[in-house]
Amino acid sequence: MEEKKKLLDNCRVLDFSNQLGFLCGKIFGDLGADVIKVEKPGGDESRNAGPYYKDIPDPEKNLYWFAYNHNKRGITLDIEKKTGREILKKLIEKTDILIETFAPGYLAGLGLDYEDLAKINPKLVMCSITPFGRTGPYKDYDGSDLIYMAMSGFMSLVGDPDRPPVRVTLPQSYMWTSMHAAAGAMMAYYHRGLTGEGQHVDVSAQAGVLWACSISPSFYDYNKELPGRAGVFITGRSITGAKMRAVEPCKDGYVNYIIYGGPAGIRTNMQMTEWMDRKGKAPDYLKNKDWKKFNIATVTQEEIDQIEDANNTFLKGVTKKEFFDTCLEKDMLGYPVATSQDTMEDEQLKARGLWKEIEHEDLGAKITYPSFFTKFSTLACDLWRRAPLIGEHNEEVYAELGYTNEDLLNLMRANVI
Amino acid sequence: MKKGVFEGIKVAEFAAIAAGPLIGKFMADHGATVVHVESYARPDGFRSNYPPYKDNKPGLNRSGSFAICNNNKLGVTINLKAPGAIDVARKLVQWADVVTENFTPGTMDKLGLGYEDLKKVKPDIIMLSTCNQGQTGPHAQHPGFGSHLSSLCGFTYVTGYKDCEPSILYGPYVDHIGVGYGVIAVTAALEHKRRTGEGQLIDSAQYEGGVQFMMPALLEYTVNNRVMERDGNRHAYAAPHNVYPCKGQDRWCAISVFTDAEWGRLCKVIGKVHLTADPRFATVLARKRHEEAADREIAEWTSRQTAEEAFKLLQDNGVKAGVVQTIADLFIDPQLAHRGIFAPVEHPVVGRTHAEGPPFAFSKTPFQIDRPSPCIGEHNRLVFTEYLGYSEEEFKTFHEVGIIDAPK
Repeated sequence: MEEKKKLLDNCRVLDFSNQLGFLCGKIFGDLGADVIKVEKPGGDESRNAGPYYKDIPDPEKNLYWFAYNHNKRGITLDIEKKTGREILKKLIEKTDILIETFAPGYLAGLGLDYEDLAKINPKLVMCSITPFGRTGPYKDYDGSDLIYMAMSGFMSLVGDPDRPPVRVTLPQSYMWTSMHAAAGAMMAYYHRGLTGEGQHVDVSAQAGVLWACSISPSFYDYNKELPGRAGVFITGRSITGAKMRAVEPCKDGYVNYIIYGGPAGIRTNMQMTEWMDRKGKAPDYLKNKDWKKFNIATVTQEEIDQIEDANNTFLKGVTKKEFFDTCLEKDMLGYPVATSQDTMEDEQLKARGLWKEIEHEDLGAKITYPSFFTKFSTLACDLWRRAPLIGEHNEEVYAELGYTNEDLLNLMRANVI
Repeated sequence: MKKGVFEGIKVAEFAAIAAGPLIGKFMADHGATVVHVESYARPDGFRSNYPPYKDNKPGLNRSGSFAICNNNKLGVTINLKAPGAIDVARKLVQWADVVTENFTPGTMDKLGLGYEDLKKVKPDIIMLSTCNQGQTGPHAQHPGFGSHLSSLCGFTYVTGYKDCEPSILYGPYVDHIGVGYGVIAVTAALEHKRRTGEGQLIDSAQYEGGVQFMMPALLEYTVNNRVMERDGNRHAYAAPHNVYPCKGQDRWCAISVFTDAEWGRLCKVIGKVHLTADPRFATVLARKRHEEAADREIAEWTSRQTAEEAFKLLQDNGVKAGVVQTIADLFIDPQLAHRGIFAPVEHPVVGRTHAEGPPFAFSKTPFQIDRPSPCIGEHNRLVFTEYLGYSEEEFKTFHEVGIIDAPK
């Protein structure tokens, strides 16, 4: 097989991001760019919040850092010092894409705004990721995952109606924002290739999560209907207002099984009844049902409740694996509610070659990561290197700029790097 | 008028529902000419099977879910099952730079529209196939919707209140992750084509995109042998960290405190400076241990404010806070309005509605929303005769033989 090409092997990305932008730089790294993660001397603050490798609280063992900073080299640089800014300007001459998550106005205060940097390198693509955007009434407001999940509308759609709105426990807004930032920066980079013109991309974390609300805005826009939180229930599928359970407890956890219409839904409903019947657990009202006439758009809550009641009893006696295997075999819609263990054991992901181990020499261990986000026929998308240690590539990167080892010692003494 | 990034790029979209069409929508918002292919025999599922419909009256041109995924596009009907239809579809591929599809894996091959077939009519074509599980592997053929896949991908398990059953995420959550990665992949392929003239086949599994969003939890398992559990709105390293009830019905303000300094500022805003001296709340560890007590103190204050008042007062004083905005709130959010996120469009059947712009803003090539989603088959004449160069006679014949099928 012909080796796949690194699309971005001539692309240099300078990554000044905090956790809001880690994944953005990583995506460019996945496609082969030379991504240089820049930390302040001593290391990025985000290294100080866990989880940690083997629960050892050490900035060099941060799992979040490992997860989203691989495929990057790492340097330290203090741009609040004049020498640091001079070094940054040298770096900018050879930078194609700059990713940063400083508060709006911070870089301008240092004389490093897009306009300043574009004078050094007019082809520069600068991607600024901020909580609410670089301009506008909320530009100076700060946030965290919880705040972005709230302000985007997402949390109003998740949780039980009689309990508070809830976020996803694993932060999601940073990934949403980073992914969209990478899309925007990639588009600007493509445009630059066509025209030679660099530009500034302004990404908002609040807006970055909006598409996680899916089509919900259209309910309000079209009919002034307000989608809300419905616990484990799917709403908005039936004009009678009937809601369907999406999560059912099973023997060793939960499964996702939903009463649907359409050809796939009806096939699933029929197969489920047959499966229950084979085990002698299908009540007569399910066996006698004419599934072909089942219409999800007009079904009543009473009918749904009756079907779900039987399914619920049956599924309690089934394991996640039995359920998944049956869904696969009988072409039914449904999946286990997977834990991280289930994900790591999934046959499809293994067969696709998703997982790749990489050596962490300093830990004397290998750690497994997903190695691509998409498969391309001739382009490479892969795991190339583990996340950098603090200042790991100072010597390498600064030597490329012409700094000698003696220079580096002086810069270290001055706490610039 | 400023040019969009994808000005001059032509996209033929054999895709339906959310994941495929939204990739095209992002491109159309930035200047691409996107032709959405469907038929009366097989209309886009969002037109026919999913609410909302304007005024709750179903109709192929009344769907809000279709609208939000398809603004700025052209709509054509080609019944791919009709004799001769595949030749017409290939002609459209010949016109296009990019083909997207989200059928069950293998369907395009069976139709004679697989990547190898397409390369014969357009050697440098970029084809993006997006689906749940990917084009290969033992589960590739298994059908599933995004609302199921969010559970397989691990999101459902880590969402909800501690010690309760999981809560589901809204809609096809993972589809939209696939959209972001899809836009990245197509743009990368276009850049590659610009440099080398070579096309590309992109096999995008929404599952694999979703896994990227789960990585820290997966490392916690593989490295520390710990399965991540859901924990409401709590945060392992921050307290208080929750949503708090405000004046009005079902109104909430989210507040997250990471540092002692933030805690001090919060206490000041809520008029409880004495709490900063309370040993129960002196450090993050102490606050974590007493977070329910801290929550009560905060809720006592928030319940006397509107969510908007609390949010602004807190933010103005350096505390990270936000309104748990409802979907209605989004339409009057001044910050989203400043970014032009919900752009008005005039739809010939449903009247004035809104399209949703992207989360990124370009300084030189801004997005432009200038057309609503197409009615079914609305641009048949334009696309078949002007873009593809078929004669009026041929166009008429396509109707007669059912390549362009009639309303049922």
